Amino acid sequence: MKRYSLHRLTRRGSARSIATILAIATLSAAATAFAASQNGIVRPVAEPAHATVKLGESLFNANCASCHGIGGRGVAVARRGAGGVAGAGPALIGVGAQAADFYLRTGFMPLANIHAEPSNQRVQFTSKEVTSLTAFVAALGKGPQVPRPQPSSGNLAQGFKLFTEDCAGCHQSLARGGYVTGARVPPLQGIDATEIAEAVRIGPYLMPRFSSRRISDGQLDSIVRYVLTTNRPDNRGGWSIGNLGPIPEGLVAWLAAVVLGVACLALARRLGA
Amino acid sequence: MKVKRWLIALGTLAYGRLRRKRIERQPEPPGREYVSEPPAPGHVVPQGEPSPFAEYLVALLLLVAAIFAAGFIVTYAVYSPQEMPNQLLGVCIGGALVFLAVALAVVAHRLVVTEELEDDYPEEHPQEQEQIAQLVRDSGSRITRRKLLIGAAGTAGGALALAGLTPVLSLGPLWDTKALETTPWRRGRRLVDVDGRPMIASEIEEETFYAAFAQGAPTEEIAALLVVVRLAPGQLRLPAGRESWAPQGILAYSRICTHAGCAIELYRKPKFVVTEPRPALVCPCHYSTFDPARGAAVLYGPAGRPLPQLPLMIDAEGHLAAAGDFSGRVGPGWWGVRARPS
Repeated sequence: MKRYSLHRLTRRGSARSIATILAIATLSAAATAFAASQNGIVRPVAEPAHATVKLGESLFNANCASCHGIGGRGVAVARRGAGGVAGAGPALIGVGAQAADFYLRTGFMPLANIHAEPSNQRVQFTSKEVTSLTAFVAALGKGPQVPRPQPSSGNLAQGFKLFTEDCAGCHQSLARGGYVTGARVPPLQGIDATEIAEAVRIGPYLMPRFSSRRISDGQLDSIVRYVLTTNRPDNRGGWSIGNLGPIPEGLVAWLAAVVLGVACLALARRLGA
Repeated sequence: MKVKRWLIALGTLAYGRLRRKRIERQPEPPGREYVSEPPAPGHVVPQGEPSPFAEYLVALLLLVAAIFAAGFIVTYAVYSPQEMPNQLLGVCIGGALVFLAVALAVVAHRLVVTEELEDDYPEEHPQEQEQIAQLVRDSGSRITRRKLLIGAAGTAGGALALAGLTPVLSLGPLWDTKALETTPWRRGRRLVDVDGRPMIASEIEEETFYAAFAQGAPTEEIAALLVVVRLAPGQLRLPAGRESWAPQGILAYSRICTHAGCAIELYRKPKFVVTEPRPALVCPCHYSTFDPARGAAVLYGPAGRPLPQLPLMIDAEGHLAAAGDFSGRVGPGWWGVRARPS
């Protein structure tokens, strides 16, 4: 497979400035989309040493604009572009740093297929690139900031109660994930406090959104604290059986009972003989 | 690999031991051999000692079984459908069956003559039927109070059968079953949240869901439980006649799944409607999925009918209130199971 990338194309012409690259990237959004679909992330040849909105813009145009539109205006109907990519995505004006930070740091974006469910994948961008993209999306319009939860000031009991009421329906009471018709519900282990808080406020994919009127920042601290505790739950009795609740536990109990019963019968027969 | 080898070794060992036992248990040489004393002439089964104590015990056990069964009927008749004590019903019917079983066990061990004999399989059986009939007659030789036992068995069996039939009463008309259909909702009754605060219409947001209760009604009452969501009014495709039921796009449905009575705890809400599944209320038990925009029509799963919808209105103070009663019966219902909406 022949690789097309800005990196290769521009290495030959050493005199090209970053500005030209940006111009090409913007104008040939479809072509870069083609490149992105085959080769992953498209990067400018010489990234600046620090995160900048400008770097964010060039990365956005090269990697995100095929679905989220020029300037983050969104694409409502999937259209076939020059690269054969049919992209459709929501507008990003006004989603703020909160959403950009969440989707990029969790690896939810970029999506390989617009109909796929975003999931925790390997993060495709470097942290400098994530910061740049987040700054660019935040600059598109006034939107919510990245939340700063304080799990240490949360109340674990309150967090458990709120989690049971509002989250456990899908995520299970020990946040082991599950299913909703048409989608998988992710488990919440190994996720940092900021990502948890962001997800509650955004409601990514099919998850409901909980505004600060619905769940206050203080309550959110408690929920985050509870979710973080599920990383290492207190397993009374020693064996968690996946922390999935009563069904696997019951299954194991029945299995043990059957084995015990068979053993008793065998013993009785032996003694009887 | 090591584990697998161990398992194979253990399996082989177990098989070998079982097989050896089977070889040891070779059948005895054919021919009839009585372990206990042989029967009197004219009888197949040896005569047994009468055991009046066992007979009275059996009669007593059967009567206790009958009393338990009667207890079921009395419990069913005394309590109203809302206060029906399930545990008591269970204890009654369970007790009746347990005592019946004990009575039968006593009959088998103490009253029926048992003999141990080993018999080779007969090649022809012309008089088998007569022999079996005689066997049954002879086996009852220990029973002296035949009528008492038959009476007790009849009482227990009859009481149990009656207890089994009692629930038919619930179909009416003998019983007042209206209580099952009454709900706390009537025009003007406010919706409150879990802490009892009235819900304000302008505070209900899209893309999320709320648990709601009837103001002043106990939260244990299943008809008091609601799930409230807000959709864009343009998205709604409610059944005919329900145009005014969702002011500002706020919808209220019964929280109790119409399949098995679990609480609707899952709300699926797309972030980007173009590529994602449409909004749905989902029951976590068996994934019955309801479309809130279309009067909670069943999209998927075992539920047979939509969630009942509660007509809403916004009162003078901006609070959410009921504008009437539910569109259908609350809770699991098997009526209309085939009337699945398309």
